[in-house]
Amino acid sequence: MAAEYVIVGSGVAGIAAAEALRARAPGASITVITEDPNGFYSRPGLAYYLGGAIPEKQLFPRSHAELRALGLRWVQAQATKIDVAGHRVNLADGRSLAYDKLLIATGARAAAPDFPGGDLDGVFTLDTLADAKRLIHKANKSGHAVVVGGGITALELAEGLHACGVNVHYLLRGARYWSNVLDAEESQLVEDHLRDDGIEIHYHARIHQAEGKKGRLIAVQTDSGERIPCQILAVAIGTRPNLDLARTAGVKIDRGILTDSCLRTSAPDILAAGDVAQVHDDITGRASLDTLWPTARAHGVAAAATMTGAPTPYRRTAAMNVTLLADIPTTIIGALGSGSDEDMVAIARGDSESWRAAAPTWVVVEHHEVNRVRIMLGDRTITGALVMGDQTLSRPLHRLIAAEADISPIRDALLADDHAVLQLIASFSAEWERSHADNS
Amino acid sequence: MTIDRRSLLFDLTRAEVLATGHVLPEPARCVQCGICSYNCPIGLDVRAYAWRGEAISDSHCLTCGQCVARCPRGVLIFAPMANGKS
Repeated sequence: MAAEYVIVGSGVAGIAAAEALRARAPGASITVITEDPNGFYSRPGLAYYLGGAIPEKQLFPRSHAELRALGLRWVQAQATKIDVAGHRVNLADGRSLAYDKLLIATGARAAAPDFPGGDLDGVFTLDTLADAKRLIHKANKSGHAVVVGGGITALELAEGLHACGVNVHYLLRGARYWSNVLDAEESQLVEDHLRDDGIEIHYHARIHQAEGKKGRLIAVQTDSGERIPCQILAVAIGTRPNLDLARTAGVKIDRGILTDSCLRTSAPDILAAGDVAQVHDDITGRASLDTLWPTARAHGVAAAATMTGAPTPYRRTAAMNVTLLADIPTTIIGALGSGSDEDMVAIARGDSESWRAAAPTWVVVEHHEVNRVRIMLGDRTITGALVMGDQTLSRPLHRLIAAEADISPIRDALLADDHAVLQLIASFSAEWERSHADNS
Repeated sequence: MTIDRRSLLFDLTRAEVLATGHVLPEPARCVQCGICSYNCPIGLDVRAYAWRGEAISDSHCLTCGQCVARCPRGVLIFAPMANGKS
């Protein structure tokens, strides 16, 4: 009998798994259960949709025909319970589906506002396409918005709302933006850019409460007594994995669903992938969370292989995210900062815990007006890098960091002369690629 | 008639790209937002190539660079074609 594969979640982890399952098991039954009526779309693309760079229909990487061609059974419903012993998933509408292998790819959702008034009409978080559409609809008839939080999503919200013609106040709890990944100068670059755009930044501003009238948001009050009238309050203080399904099933969880490197959970025949999965890394011995699209996709592919009987570890590479921070192209690779960010209560979207796993290292900085490269040097390797502006070096640096290339030949020179960093890395990388190609 | 040196250089570079280069994606950077496909003047689904990690091999590709320039994540670059491949 053909195998029954069931996937809960239609994000990139779920869809990547479905595609890989179909390729590996042409005759299998593959079911995708999703609560999201919009199915599979580019979650990171919502920022560009908010900012007006693309229309809504562009967010869907797969046409209906392409999805149909995959031969998936698509079930729009909420999965409420897993019967681990009986190998069944129960749905909110009363149905129950049998599985041979189950993949939980339920993702993460925005952490709820942590101040009074967080439930008022006008308070938003950004998880789904539906959220983005409601926000745009509201922005079109609003004059003032407050954005609170950190990381990439907060900036996307601030800039997206600004692009909709709203006056935006951005509240930071500390002295600067994204302090545990960016250094002071990088934060400054981003903040300057936001201010130039006309976004007002408030420092050391913590929300005391959101003030409402007849259930509708009218202002935000800060701890210092400031009152900012607004119709929108957008909150991006982190994300939390959607763990309910795993928790009630008795699957082992920590901050996410704990899996081995092959994405298997503690329960038989149940796997987890994507933002919800806290995947064990056999090399470091640690299990960490990522909220990165390419990581989720790679999880999905590895999980599919494991589900079809070919256990395949997810190979963690140097975590990388490329994004626009206040319109400045920025690539973040490997371990860069440390500690916590007081603007966040949980991991941000587009974030990796490994970026804060930096051991004390030498920091070499090369910068001119808007372009900036920061490199974290270990004893023999480059452990992390942040490239802002000109992206020429981001690929070579990613390659060198991911391969843990021995950079001892240029290490002293890197430390000796800040201004030579770009040239040193570029020529070393070219040489390394050549010898690498010769050896392979 | 005077020859505009910059224009000539630009045209020569473009000619070289057209003759020997193609657009190459790096899937690890891509989030499938679709800005590339949206801005392709001839409607190629550049995003689908990026998902598969394949060079844009469609002979209609103008190598105009719209997708390369507009991708917010630097997924796409012009790269020389491997020998013997078109």
